[in-house]
Amino acid sequence: MPSPARHLAVVPALNEAATIATVVGRIHAALPQFDVLVIDDGSTDDTGRVAEEHGARVVRHPFNLGIGGAVQSGFQFALDNEYDYMVQIDGDGQHDPRELGKLMDVMSSDPDVDVVCGSRFLSKDLKYPSPISRRTGIHLFAFLLSRLVDGRISDPTSGFRLYNRRAIQLFARDYPHDYPEVEAVLMLHHHRLRLRETPVRMFARGGGASSISGSGKSAYYMVKVLLALFVGLARRRPVPEPDGPPAITAHHAL
Amino acid sequence: MDPKLQLISIAGAAGLLLVVLELVRRRALLERYALLWLFSAVVLLVLACWRGLLERVSDVLGIAEAPNALFLLAFAAILVLLLHFSAAVSRLADQSKVLAQRLALVEERLRRVEAPREPRAAAESEPAEDHELVGAGKSRSTRIS
Repeated sequence: MPSPARHLAVVPALNEAATIATVVGRIHAALPQFDVLVIDDGSTDDTGRVAEEHGARVVRHPFNLGIGGAVQSGFQFALDNEYDYMVQIDGDGQHDPRELGKLMDVMSSDPDVDVVCGSRFLSKDLKYPSPISRRTGIHLFAFLLSRLVDGRISDPTSGFRLYNRRAIQLFARDYPHDYPEVEAVLMLHHHRLRLRETPVRMFARGGGASSISGSGKSAYYMVKVLLALFVGLARRRPVPEPDGPPAITAHHAL
Repeated sequence: MDPKLQLISIAGAAGLLLVVLELVRRRALLERYALLWLFSAVVLLVLACWRGLLERVSDVLGIAEAPNALFLLAFAAILVLLLHFSAAVSRLADQSKVLAQRLALVEERLRRVEAPREPRAAAESEPAEDHELVGAGKSRSTRIS
């Protein structure tokens, strides 16, 4: 390669002013080669300003788009600015940037791998503290996905993922809306991109509120993701091509 | 049917048709959506004028009471309309998401491009780090564009 590879760490954040400085600082300390981009997804507190003061670039959404839209902005930024690798690290302090080295090692050891996903469940000695209901749901998705994509997926809801350029291009164009992680695994499979998991340690949440909390919401999450999985199997995912129809068109009726 | 009742229903259907046309004229309703409403209004008008039609339709469908045929058709039409609007809302949500993302990315780039011209903003906090960041941003954007 003529120039050294460029790395971007994307931190989606919604009202995480209390923890964002720590997260950005940790990334800078652990991985100086990574530029840090904070996606301020319509925060009403000082998340964006705090992140900027701590040396991160900040993309501010005019209103809340949800985690899928936030991460997709990261993909688009990575694509626009010609980054070779992008990692998603959540703004609540759940993901440990020191574990990112493991993802990088897997990515560099196998040139066929497009996405490396940090899994909480691959290793017995790295325990992740989470309620049994949450784990049951995750394992159900893991079971279904493993059947669908012909390969073992242990932690399909983990957002701690490292993407190469091919994956960045795919997801900049099309990334699921609400709870994207599970469906994204399916998309990778459809587009013949390779996903590899590696065991990592994750923290319990440092502050802010999870996007999935409360029993009503987690039930909705389950149903929504299951629907997305089964619809995703049969979904037409239009890939915009030259001379083809535009991805989103105003002229469309029943 | 009572002629008075028929007059009232013709007036009602014609009124709906006029309101739809007026909304289109004022550009308060896009033609795309107006077509659906025009179609519904015309169907209502035809049913009001042509008294035997509803009875024939209910005969064909095997419905004993003609008004029940009307309810069935109206319910089906409303269902289709609602589905159409759900699809329209989904498309709008998708479009607004794309717009918000583009806007946010362009704003970020604009801030980077304009930053060197405002030394006050750069000098405000942690000058060394900010300076480095601004320099990196500048070289990056020139390389791309």
